[in-house]
Amino acid sequence: MQLNRIAPLLLLALGGIAAAPAEDLQVSVEIPRLNVSEYHRPYVAVWIQDKDRTCVANLSVWYQMRSSAEGAGTKWLPDLRQWWRRSGRRLNMPVDGVSGATRPAGKHTLTFASDDPRLADLKPGRYSLVVEASREVGGRELVEIPFAWPAESSTTKRAEGSEELGEVTFTLKPSS
Amino acid sequence: MKRFILSACLLALALPATSFAHKVWLRPSQTVFSGPEPWVTVDAAVSNDLFYFNHFPLRLDGLEIVAPDGNTVEAQNQSVGKYRSVFDLPLTQQGTYRIAVVHRGAFASFESEGQRRRWRGSAEALQTEIPAGATNVRVTESLGRVETFVTNGAPTLESLEPTGEGIELIPLTHPNDLYSGETAKFRFLVNGKPVPEMEISVVRGETRYRNSQDELHVVTDGNGEFSVTWPEPGMYWLQTSAEDKQTKIPEAQSRRMSYAGTLEVLPQ
Repeated sequence: MQLNRIAPLLLLALGGIAAAPAEDLQVSVEIPRLNVSEYHRPYVAVWIQDKDRTCVANLSVWYQMRSSAEGAGTKWLPDLRQWWRRSGRRLNMPVDGVSGATRPAGKHTLTFASDDPRLADLKPGRYSLVVEASREVGGRELVEIPFAWPAESSTTKRAEGSEELGEVTFTLKPSS
Repeated sequence: MKRFILSACLLALALPATSFAHKVWLRPSQTVFSGPEPWVTVDAAVSNDLFYFNHFPLRLDGLEIVAPDGNTVEAQNQSVGKYRSVFDLPLTQQGTYRIAVVHRGAFASFESEGQRRRWRGSAEALQTEIPAGATNVRVTESLGRVETFVTNGAPTLESLEPTGEGIELIPLTHPNDLYSGETAKFRFLVNGKPVPEMEISVVRGETRYRNSQDELHVVTDGNGEFSVTWPEPGMYWLQTSAEDKQTKIPEAQSRRMSYAGTLEVLPQ
């Protein structure tokens, strides 16, 4: 989980912005600035799960993608413990449009259109947006925001992490 | 010296849980892996405390590793030290590996030259080691399985197929998908068949850092099934034993079987 300057895949993950006009689902994840002696950027996973905690949509995974003897940081993906259990261990990393490089402290926004293939199959019901962060020689934290799909009106929900995550906001807009 | 260690291990494996304090175990460095070729390193020992090396190493003679594809693979860097044995395993396949040390042996008691004597060793040595003219010979066969499981990527079941011999743990909950606060279900098979009312003890590691063993006791039902609700994360040790008369050694009157497994329970 070292500092990573590779950005192209990050752009790929955000590709929805350019490709789709409608912005129906927006997630903002704040990575806090931590005053620790040994800082590594966190691994972060963002996904949607149903009431049985089955992962129904993988939105984003940030990890150390630079090549290394250990296979581009995939060795540490199980540290995103719940994501690994719900979905990661069945995936072949990297996943197009989902995986990206680790990001620095700050607010990062992900935007998805309702016709995004990952959301197109979402049946009406109760779900949770889950953001999990895990940092080398640091901590791990998981933030969950429950929501109903499809959205009937524009809603924004917030949750606050205490250590490894800052403010997480989740905005849903009805499809126009 | 070697014989002494082997005897101690067989002793620990052969006796039922109530009569010995020593615990036989394998402890993997971790159980959940990812990547093209992660390595697991495993400690193997017989000790009083979990999982500390303070008594005997566990001999690796009976090391049997089943890869996710069902084939047997070899461990690397095997070494037997003063208090523990160690080996490494590269996880070249995706899926679940079953890592076991299976001990087959016999123990005997007899009278010779007016003395009551006891002996432990391999089935092959039995013929030659008991003196001719020994009386009151009682031979018991022993079959012990000590095992653990590790998974690279998604859990699979191919390596967990029972062999039908001795006590085997059958997953209803995958052994590498255990989380604190959740209830896991397993089944024990004895010679391929479920046995009701087997007594199982479950102990979390790090016993050195607490004042009590905090042992959980569970019992198998009519289907050989039992469940454990993990109170907290950690490496757990699970032990049971059984006895039957299906001996492979002609001289033996009975057979004692034991099972000891190490399972990792992760935090939520």
